[in-house]
Amino acid sequence: MKIVFTAKGTDMDAAMDPRFGRTEYFVIFDEDTKSVESYDNRSIEGEAHGAGPKTAQKLAEYGAEVLVTGNGPGGNAATVLKTTGIAVYIGAGDMTVKEAYEAYKSGNLKTV
Amino acid sequence: MKIAIASGKGGTGKTTLSTNLASYIAESRECALSDLDVEEPNSGLFIKAELIHEEDKFKKIPEWEKSRCELCGNCQTVCNFNAVLKLGKMIMVFPELCHGCYACSELCPTGSLPMKQKKMGELKAYKSGNLNFIESRLIIGEEQAVPLIKQTIDYVDEHFSDEVIKIFDSPPGTSCPVIEATRDADFVILVTEPTPFGLHDLKLAVETVKQMGKPFAVVINRHGIGNDCVELYCKEDNIDIIASIPNDRLIAETYSRGDLLYPTIPSVKDAVRSISTYIDNFDLLDNGSLKSKKTGQIK
Amino acid sequence: MKEIVVISGKGGTGKTSITASLAYLGGEDLIVADCDVDAADMHLLMAPDFGKPEDFFSGELAYIDQDACIKCGKCQAVCRFDAIPIIDSQYVVDPLGCEGCGYCARICPTEAITNSQPNVGKCFISSIRTGTTMVHARLSIGADNSGKLVAKVKNEAKALAEIQNKIAVLVDGSPGVGCPVVSSLSGASFTVLVTEPTVSGLHDLRRVYELVKKFGIKAGCIINKGDINPEVSREIKDFLKEENIVLLSEIPYNVKFTEAMTNGKTIVEYDKDLGKIISESWEKILRATRSVGDPE
Repeated sequence: MKIVFTAKGTDMDAAMDPRFGRTEYFVIFDEDTKSVESYDNRSIEGEAHGAGPKTAQKLAEYGAEVLVTGNGPGGNAATVLKTTGIAVYIGAGDMTVKEAYEAYKSGNLKTV
Repeated sequence: MKIAIASGKGGTGKTTLSTNLASYIAESRECALSDLDVEEPNSGLFIKAELIHEEDKFKKIPEWEKSRCELCGNCQTVCNFNAVLKLGKMIMVFPELCHGCYACSELCPTGSLPMKQKKMGELKAYKSGNLNFIESRLIIGEEQAVPLIKQTIDYVDEHFSDEVIKIFDSPPGTSCPVIEATRDADFVILVTEPTPFGLHDLKLAVETVKQMGKPFAVVINRHGIGNDCVELYCKEDNIDIIASIPNDRLIAETYSRGDLLYPTIPSVKDAVRSISTYIDNFDLLDNGSLKSKKTGQIK
Repeated sequence: MKEIVVISGKGGTGKTSITASLAYLGGEDLIVADCDVDAADMHLLMAPDFGKPEDFFSGELAYIDQDACIKCGKCQAVCRFDAIPIIDSQYVVDPLGCEGCGYCARICPTEAITNSQPNVGKCFISSIRTGTTMVHARLSIGADNSGKLVAKVKNEAKALAEIQNKIAVLVDGSPGVGCPVVSSLSGASFTVLVTEPTVSGLHDLRRVYELVKKFGIKAGCIINKGDINPEVSREIKDFLKEENIVLLSEIPYNVKFTEAMTNGKTIVEYDKDLGKIISESWEKILRATRSVGDPE
């Protein structure tokens, strides 16, 4: 299963980015193969409006099943995530990606 | 005559002035007040009148028809507003982000995105004696205020003759919605507070109306609370101050209850009377400028 | 590093005066970000030096190259915004009408139309009198605030806060419930809602809190001019209780509030009684913000 984290860097030690739509990077962790990938989302800075749904679209392209982030995504982004069946866990804004993964595994994050 | 009531900053008393002025004018002649702050229309809280008409207002947005779509993604490429996205085997449209430019619809090779009507808000018209009140409200989540403002002004133009005094309570700020709301006005009243914040935002509003080439004047609300910075600025730039409403706790309390001010507070009655007299003093010329009946001066 | 965002939904509630007071209390521990770009007034109390001005570009604006134009009129026919009038027998773009959809450029047979990003304002990184830095912006006339501009102001502020090891970024948030306020709230650790006990104040508070809730951000509320309508004030408090929002303080109606601003001072510098109320609110905000992220 692929779990995506909104992050300020590219690996499991990176700090989480609490934002969804305008997150700097995604870190994509594949639980089956234990592999870590990342995606540079910084070109989103150029978008005046609609950053949320655009980022959500990217996530769907990666085949993510779970999203772990800080604040919950706004309305349009939430619609895309729901449509594509991605489960959303929030409240990990102040952690590192690794800590966020552990918090998710141990059921310490809220789902929306 | 169309009068827009505007201000650079929110919370300066636009709605207070619009509702009191319109109600006062309606005591002697027909008046139409429109609340164009369609995102947060608050005038209705102060007007007691009978609902005589309501209608839904629509904008055109694309709607995906799956059957012929070849999922080429051209719609997503041509949309500059992220309002159309291709998600796997489906096309998703975000109505709040759509500006209604038709590009995705008309450039779609299979005609799979026809433009359909979508409700963006509601218009309600009320009447009480000589006072007509028109209010439009954007539905929550809708981000484009301009089309609804435009349709509301069209409604007022269609339903009221030139003799009726029309007052437009405009949205705050200096961006597109304000420009749309004041574009048609013959005269703009800028409401401000006599404080440094008020002055700073007033200057921006003055710059905006000057750029639009509109005649305008200033009304000071909560007079006495700050300093004389606004008065000095207006004097220096030759801007008329047509009325002042004093700062008064009683006014704040009356407002908080949703009541009109001028029937019980003499200073407010004086203020709306001066504004009404000031407006009456002008004839509207065919070229859109205003001519003073007394001095013959053209604004 | 935490992010504290002050919002109000409605204008004129005293949000900026209160934010400036919090900025004064936080002093060097904070970086300040003014995202209320439509009415960016905080600089009037913070004495910024307007350092490092940087032009800000956003959106798109069509431009027609008259040498390449064959006057076929297709651009005018597709434009839904009536933004391509004919002036002196030339097709030209009306910049106030153009929405930047780019449709005309896509269908022009001679590729005579290009889109450029217009300059919509300036962004500043200023030193302010509380001994720290404030990031703020000024929009051009007719330009719209956007999620992009808010994100830029906040990003600059957050980057500085990281480098300088500050406790928090204090954000004066955007008004309304649209894209700019979404961007203001995104990433917040704690949000301060400033309201007043009027029918419109309560209405707008409910509306903007819908958004805060969606983001799952903890919130506190300051009721300004709390005593002008005890009844609505009670309604607000009931709402806060229902939604589990911390009541930070209730500030009484006091002309000193505006007098302070008139004198270019924050409320905490100007009046002892009001200052005490706001200082206590600030302590509560800091406590609540610190505990964000702790297991409940």
